[in-house]
Amino acid sequence: MSVQGVQACDACLRRTWLVARLAGWIELARHEGRRLPEVLALDDETLLRAVAPSEVSRTLAARELLELEAERAAYAAAGLRAVCRHHPRYPRALLDDSAAPPIVGWSGELPDGPAVAVVGTRRASPDGLEVARGLGRGLAAAGVTVVSGMALGVDSAAHDGALQAGGPTVAVLAGGADIAYPRSKRALHARIRERGAVISEAPPGFVPRRWCFPARNRIIAALGSATIVVQAAVRSGSLITAELAMDLGRDVGAVPGSPLDWRSAGANALLRDGACVVRDASDALDLALGVGHGLGTDADARTAGLDPALRALLRRVGEGAASIDTLATTPSEAEAALAGLTELELLGLVTRGPGGTYQKVLL
Amino acid sequence: MLAHVTTFAIDGIEPQRVTVEVDVKGGGLPAFAIVGLGDRSVREARERVTSAIRNSGFEFPKGKVTVNLAPAYLRKHGPGFDLAIACGVLAASAQIPRDALARFAVFGELGLDGALRPCNGALAVAEGVLRAGLEGVIVPWERVDEAAIVDLITVGGAGDLQSVAAVLRGDALPDRGTPARSLVLSDGRDLADVRGHAAAIEALIIAAAGGHNVLLTGAPGTGKTMLAQRMPSILPPMTREEALEVTRIHSIAGNHVGGGLIEVRPYRSPHHNTSPSGLIGGGSLPTPGEVSLAHHGVLFLDELSEFPRNVLESLRQPLEDGRVAVVRGQHIAVYPTRFMLVASTNPCPCGFHPQRRCRCTDADLMRHRRRLSGPLLDRIDLLLVVGRPSAEELRAPAIMTSEQARERVVAARERQVARLRETGATCNAHMDTALVRRHVDLEPDAERLLHTTYERGSLSARGRERVLRVARTIADLDASEGVTRSHLLRAIGLRQDAGAAPEAAA
Repeated sequence: MSVQGVQACDACLRRTWLVARLAGWIELARHEGRRLPEVLALDDETLLRAVAPSEVSRTLAARELLELEAERAAYAAAGLRAVCRHHPRYPRALLDDSAAPPIVGWSGELPDGPAVAVVGTRRASPDGLEVARGLGRGLAAAGVTVVSGMALGVDSAAHDGALQAGGPTVAVLAGGADIAYPRSKRALHARIRERGAVISEAPPGFVPRRWCFPARNRIIAALGSATIVVQAAVRSGSLITAELAMDLGRDVGAVPGSPLDWRSAGANALLRDGACVVRDASDALDLALGVGHGLGTDADARTAGLDPALRALLRRVGEGAASIDTLATTPSEAEAALAGLTELELLGLVTRGPGGTYQKVLL
Repeated sequence: MLAHVTTFAIDGIEPQRVTVEVDVKGGGLPAFAIVGLGDRSVREARERVTSAIRNSGFEFPKGKVTVNLAPAYLRKHGPGFDLAIACGVLAASAQIPRDALARFAVFGELGLDGALRPCNGALAVAEGVLRAGLEGVIVPWERVDEAAIVDLITVGGAGDLQSVAAVLRGDALPDRGTPARSLVLSDGRDLADVRGHAAAIEALIIAAAGGHNVLLTGAPGTGKTMLAQRMPSILPPMTREEALEVTRIHSIAGNHVGGGLIEVRPYRSPHHNTSPSGLIGGGSLPTPGEVSLAHHGVLFLDELSEFPRNVLESLRQPLEDGRVAVVRGQHIAVYPTRFMLVASTNPCPCGFHPQRRCRCTDADLMRHRRRLSGPLLDRIDLLLVVGRPSAEELRAPAIMTSEQARERVVAARERQVARLRETGATCNAHMDTALVRRHVDLEPDAERLLHTTYERGSLSARGRERVLRVARTIADLDASEGVTRSHLLRAIGLRQDAGAAPEAAA
């Protein structure tokens, strides 16, 4: 989708400005028990009276003086493009949401075509990260855009996987799209802009409040034709995304985990409530594109020509033997394991973590 | 009357000849002055020497006694000058003959009763005696074994000032002392004590064979420390020069008491709250630090991530140059530091990554990794993951003894020494970029493998060089001229590459 500059009408610019100005008051309103979707669905004047009664006249006066051209210039200065929801190029999927953002600003190129949201906890286990990365890889390889929130843990791993496959990926941020948040993901932010887009409803330079994260989740849920939860604890933001996706009539999938693992409790609860089981990218593609469009048995094809000894080694890594030391009991076995694991790593069948331990790659 | 006595001061770990000049002038008020840049313990020698002379049946000369420790620019510390000063006073007052003092050096601390007490650095002093071309040295009894390590000089032992005088008068010839005991090669820790850990042992042998610094990682209680402790036992035996150097350093540091030559490679494991000067050496009286005490041996840093950053940074120069210069005021002490670094770390803050028990987030992991990263990791060639041995492995016999491992290491080292002759390097770990290019001969399919690995981004440029050095060592262990694909695969499997995979955790 090619949009030049900032294609936004005056009303939408004013609305975006207002929400950003009232961000602190909205935070307070949430503390007082107002529900976020209701608040965001209010029109300008009602919103103002509802969350910031003491600020009404001052804010209205400031709104009258608002220089719209300066607002538009701010997007351009931050290297962002933007459209408002009245523009034909506005992402159609977002319009399914009644509280759709008035303006989205982005950096990079918004991909067309099917999209799937992959979300999960920031405190993911190594397994969870590998699953997220594998889903990202598989989806992107099939040309499906991977949508996520660039948070630590699962979100970043999903983006990373998609980028590994060279495919499209979209990061939805809670703050301005020009700011990498969290800051430790600066490098990822830059890479996503190259191969996809970083998108946000907030104006450039906006520093997110807490409520902006669940608000951002509704964009993630709306952009994806399905939402997949990789790992999520019981009270996780990813579950909000899944719930919003269900409200929008999107499919929801979840990666099953051990009942003993607190990080999978939320995902497992979703499965109990009827979410689709997602084991790998092929399941995710079935969910996104309909059964039969998946990768099929491609995974088997990659290991088919493998030397039997290497295949046995790969199986043992899959069973959780993570280091060379646990794979060998004699010096000659140690030599073979050392060489074999490197061979598998170069074939892309296992990855070696920074601690020197190996993990099977999700195909 | 004037007398000259020779003794030695220790500068860093080098003996420096010191001439003690004593001038006794009869008449006038009695006075006793010591000049020549001595520290407090040298100035206090005045009281000890006076009493020791009186209580040994000699007479302290009347009049003015002046002692000069030459050369005057060299700082002198410690009580080792007592005996030389006392002998000088006795010679200057004609109570002992002066000619013997021209041939013998003396070294030792005196008690008030005239007893001779041991002090640190006797071996360095004996080596100084040899270099100065003197006939022999008289040291306290307790240090005879140590000083006698130096052949070609006469080492006399004495218990008190009287017997020193007797030796110098020629009444009793200096005792040759018992020959230095030859100690065993190992400190009793042997690979035969280890069960399982086949891969870890294999990697330790590679590290020992190439002199590669190594990082051990693994969950708590898997045996990282146990394996590290056995590293000295599989290193090649020290040459006599190496053993002399080690003994000299430990004698100067005062933790080698009464023995002969140290033939076991040292193993030092400083705790992580050791200060930079404890590790590197220093103090107002410069003493060798842990890095020098580990010279020709192994320095084990347990829980590397617990060491403060400044302490780890201070290891750079010793690792790079094989020596460290400690500057104190106007004085520079240089200590050798050719040690092998063995470090250990938990894989993550809780220690259980990547098992399901691990409760660390990837942010925790990154933080943990960042604490380790940096210039120190650049000098570590091998990453060795220590796993938990299975129950069968614990019941099975040990995989090999240290002696078997050492044989392989020695053979591999011999190949390296032959190849690297006249390059300044003695083992593969010390090869620089040019030497790696010249001496690491890849077979064609190994060359292709290296190329694809590097292209995939699994290796940084530095990491590539480290892998090549390790591959050369693995080939040496296999007695192979060229580096084959299998050697290279194994080297890549052991890589410690902090620089690679920047996106893995992104």
